[in-house]
Amino acid sequence: MAIEVIKPGLATTVQDAGRPGYYSVGIPLSGALDQYALRVANLLVGNDEGAAVLEASLLAPELVFRAPAIIAITGAEATPKINGEARPRNESFAVKADDKLTFDFMKAGARCYVAAAGGIDVPVVLGSRSTYGLGALGGFSGRKVAAGDVLPVGKPRSGARAGRKLAAELTPSYPKSLELRVVTGLYFHRLTDAAAKSFFEDTWTVAPEADRIGYRYRKGRPLSFRERKQPFGAGSDPSNIVDAGYPYGSIQVPGGLEPIILHRDAVSGGGYAMIGTVISADMDRVAQMQPNNLARFVAVDMATALKARAEYKARDAEMRSQLSA
Amino acid sequence: MSGIRYSFGADEHVFAEIDEEMSLEAFFKGMAICKELEKRKLPGVTEICPSNASYLVRFDPDVIHPDKMLATLREIEAQVGDAEIEMPTRIVEMPVLYNDPWTKETGARFRERHQDPNSTDIEYAARINGYKSIDDFVAAHSGAPWFVSMVGFVAGLPWLYQIVERSKQIEVPKYLRPRTDTPKLTIGHGGCFMAIYSVRGAGGYQMLGITPAPIYDPAQKLPYFKDFLAIFKPGDMVKFKPIEREEYDRDLAAVEAGTFDLTFKPVTFSLKSFHADPAGYSRHLVEALHGH
Repeated sequence: MAIEVIKPGLATTVQDAGRPGYYSVGIPLSGALDQYALRVANLLVGNDEGAAVLEASLLAPELVFRAPAIIAITGAEATPKINGEARPRNESFAVKADDKLTFDFMKAGARCYVAAAGGIDVPVVLGSRSTYGLGALGGFSGRKVAAGDVLPVGKPRSGARAGRKLAAELTPSYPKSLELRVVTGLYFHRLTDAAAKSFFEDTWTVAPEADRIGYRYRKGRPLSFRERKQPFGAGSDPSNIVDAGYPYGSIQVPGGLEPIILHRDAVSGGGYAMIGTVISADMDRVAQMQPNNLARFVAVDMATALKARAEYKARDAEMRSQLSA
Repeated sequence: MSGIRYSFGADEHVFAEIDEEMSLEAFFKGMAICKELEKRKLPGVTEICPSNASYLVRFDPDVIHPDKMLATLREIEAQVGDAEIEMPTRIVEMPVLYNDPWTKETGARFRERHQDPNSTDIEYAARINGYKSIDDFVAAHSGAPWFVSMVGFVAGLPWLYQIVERSKQIEVPKYLRPRTDTPKLTIGHGGCFMAIYSVRGAGGYQMLGITPAPIYDPAQKLPYFKDFLAIFKPGDMVKFKPIEREEYDRDLAAVEAGTFDLTFKPVTFSLKSFHADPAGYSRHLVEALHGH
């Protein structure tokens, strides 16, 4: 089986569960930005939950299936259509040879996932099929898919079948305004008292520059950093530090202007002070924010972060048991 | 340096700041701790990233509780202490065409973003560091070897810190506003660090030259990419060799032909020996390259 790309959409890439272990040489995790949607898509079609799928951002692609297949679509609320006829999201269905998949625009959410039984079968690079665009690594030729590309699909498992469905209560919604929980720290102490307060008081708007590397926010009040004699090796701006490693989910504010949350294609380090980190349980929600969506940042402690993580894992476990039944 | 400052990066990271300012001592301490942590192969630890004067650990809190993770790092800090640090590592010589036409052309396109639009980047860097000529500046830049103090930003990009006393460190500001373009394999300098741009892209470092030697290649074409697609690891040592255009072109042809190679030689770095005689020790390190 293979999938042919008719129109690539805005930024469609092959992604899987990710490529841990190489961050110290600047190669980030990559993988589906919304990992829950990835797992659901795969389990619906009988794949391993971390198999490779297509991740489409904001504007979905047009695809043609070259042979019959079982597929599933998860993530952003964009109605999938086969030869112009609406199909369900979060439910596996069969396609025939030469069927064409298109999408309505994304009403809510920013990323949808297309899984095919058997998984997208591009070569495994450093343990993963994920695309890391900045490094031209993995995925389909190390880049976004383009019109005319033909993506190979592996051999489906015997359990692949149409009609497998995710229960409504396990289907996330993608609100246009939400709260993101942050553990402060790292270089939070470099902010002035006023900035440390206003960061959490203001409502921030997702900027058009929001991608797999990082999500940029604007329209909050500028954040000022405490004046100091800069340490040797740090840059001259008070928002600069001696270049250091950036955690996934960490928030940096170059020049104090626009906070950036680093996501799974993160630049692994640099010289901008990080003021805190979005908790792991909220990273899928960041991934589904569209430009102009609104966020408030809420400070939480480690116990809250771990509790949220446990809840996230519990929902995962429930989803798994339901989809493997 | 006082004690290490630890901070959680939410539920999956610990960030450890050895020192606010850059120094060989801070870098070495971070390296020593990261090496020890690596050796312990703790279940749940997924990334260990030494950087200039800090390090970052990513872990799975379902496998190792954050408090346990932090306690382990504190314990390693105590174990490493301020012991005399000797680090076995390796040194490589990289050819560099300083003051090359391509980075000059790129610099010319972004002059309005520069502190001194009337100079080239290398003229500016030489002048503000008190060198009489570009040649003197190049002699200092390529004289003493450099440590890879961090790898990252993008795949395979090394940050380097020169193994000289602080008074001899070359320091330059970054561009006022970052460029949107930097040639691949540009030798850049910003703050007290230099970087080799592993891929073409945006950048704010002053552009001093270019190397013909690829340092990152997902296709792993050259012999020295046999084991991995990026050549530098934190702790590696690099000596730059100024070359002329003819040699650059020859090297480039060899890269194209797939015959270009780099040789890494083993060497042990001792901070104590460096402090005892910085210039002499620097010569000693470079000798390792030539088989003495």
